[in-house]
Amino acid sequence: MRNEALHFALRNRKLVVGTVVVAVFLVAGVVGPMTIDHKPADYVGPAMAPPSGEFWFGTTTFGQDVFAQFLYGLRSTFLVGVLGGVLASVVGMVVGFVAGYRGGWVDELLTMVTNIVLVLPALVVLLIVNAYLGVRSVGVQALFIGLTSWPWAARAIRAQTFSLRSRDFVDLARLSGVRTPKIILREIAPNMSSYLFLTFILLFGSAILIAASLDFIGLGPTDSVSLGLMLNNAARWSALQLGMWWWFVPPGAGITAIVGALYVMNVGLDEVFNPKLREM
Amino acid sequence: MRRYFGRKLLVYGLTFFVAVTVNWMIPRFMPGDPVQSMLSRANVAQPAAVEAMRAHYTAMFGFDLPLWRQYLNFWGSLLRGDLGISIWLFPTPVTDVIVRAVPYTLGLLIPSILLSWVAGNRFGAFAARRKWLDNTVLPLGYVLTATPYMWLAILLAWAFGIIAGIFPVAGAYGYDLQPSWSGEFLGSLAQHWFLPFASLFLVAFGGWAIGMRNMIIYELEADYVNYLRALGAPMRLVRRYAFRNAILPQVTGLALQLGVLVAGALVTEIVFSYPGLGHLILQAIQNQDFFLLQGTFLFVVVGVLIANFVIDIAYVLVDPRTRTGMGGTA
Repeated sequence: MRNEALHFALRNRKLVVGTVVVAVFLVAGVVGPMTIDHKPADYVGPAMAPPSGEFWFGTTTFGQDVFAQFLYGLRSTFLVGVLGGVLASVVGMVVGFVAGYRGGWVDELLTMVTNIVLVLPALVVLLIVNAYLGVRSVGVQALFIGLTSWPWAARAIRAQTFSLRSRDFVDLARLSGVRTPKIILREIAPNMSSYLFLTFILLFGSAILIAASLDFIGLGPTDSVSLGLMLNNAARWSALQLGMWWWFVPPGAGITAIVGALYVMNVGLDEVFNPKLREM
Repeated sequence: MRRYFGRKLLVYGLTFFVAVTVNWMIPRFMPGDPVQSMLSRANVAQPAAVEAMRAHYTAMFGFDLPLWRQYLNFWGSLLRGDLGISIWLFPTPVTDVIVRAVPYTLGLLIPSILLSWVAGNRFGAFAARRKWLDNTVLPLGYVLTATPYMWLAILLAWAFGIIAGIFPVAGAYGYDLQPSWSGEFLGSLAQHWFLPFASLFLVAFGGWAIGMRNMIIYELEADYVNYLRALGAPMRLVRRYAFRNAILPQVTGLALQLGVLVAGALVTEIVFSYPGLGHLILQAIQNQDFFLLQGTFLFVVVGVLIANFVIDIAYVLVDPRTRTGMGGTA
């Protein structure tokens, strides 16, 4: 069974391409900053220089190295994505499993809470939360993104759990006196592990996009660079009017490539796990 | 059906309650002192003046009252339509500032949401299981839906505004014009509207097209499709049945995506300095105008709740099962 999944995974073009793109950016974000000996905010070069051999992505109006900012920015982007994605998945899973497995008034209550958070527009909630925070860090940003973006995951997981809970093997576990948390962890979760993984990938991508929007509005981390913050700076210092395309093209392209690759990976994985969807 | 709408309305009512409570709580329980940050922004040196201002702002927030009193007062002034005075545009009431900006945001949002939804669904349904289209358009769709709204907006502004010089890149109408019903003004309005609309439309279009394409592929595997094919039904008819089934999750998807779409409109407005709510939010943040920020938050929440309710009604219209009470959850 394991080998069969691996067999299809290696032959799925979408999955391979998506994974390679994400991996390349991840390596660039993790290793890249170590190869650069100045900080991303340092004034190291001539102002407004277009891309050259020395400064691959050119420099900003102030002579900062755009390439250095890009590498450091990738790091924050992945950090926000992973932290926010993990937190949202965990909250979504706990709420979804408990609501779906327990049913009754617990389900009613959790579904109500889920629906409320679901209709609240996440970005505007994050806007006012972040506006009142004086010092903002990537971690805090990820924390709040995670706390606002879990509802659709919880709903999906609840529906899946609901369909699994009356299966024979779950009944058997319950009759043998296995406790509820253990049933959820040992009997239900493994049977939807692929689904949970797909959910995480989507939450990962959406956390990156939400963080980029927040940064662009001017509520990004105050203690580091990020790709969204680069876009914010480029827009604030009129890179558009000055024709400095090297300032605003790379950060947006980076976000698009990572999130797009995650989505494509998601479809690829879906095809691997679900034989019905494989190309005929 | 009454039960269906009753539950929905209960959720929306509770959501509004939560939103107002969050709005009230955040300035009071977040680290940092809003009064202090307003004082430091004013940049006044004389201690006497600072004390006077502190007293004024404390009274304005009502910080000198017990908490439960503050909370009730907050609801009271809210129900009277009083959201405080804007600091950025002192002394205009926040409500007036927002009401002036709302038409611009709606003018962008409503056409881009509806058109991208309709066009994306039609196109996605058309592309599904058509090898050539599927292979060229799908990757493009993924790129579009992964694009941050503001980045596409920046690229469009750069390509069509700065380089080609066809479209203006800032404001909602020419700076030399006054709002009126003249042809010149309306033309300028349309010209300024086009690029922000296009960037919102394109990103959303990609998402709907992919969603629909995937739904149709699921549907074409279903038993009723096999049955119809076995009967010898033409493919066009089968696809039409599949479309009717696949459209339901897309209606629900529209409700789920509303928050993202609104967020997209806000950042797009910032790129184009379009005088809607997004522009207000930016100004509110840059000027530490917390009343304006919180007022805008409430307006956006109420707008999203109303839109959700409209979608619920639309769902009942497209899904006959909800009408006859046979289930079919939205």
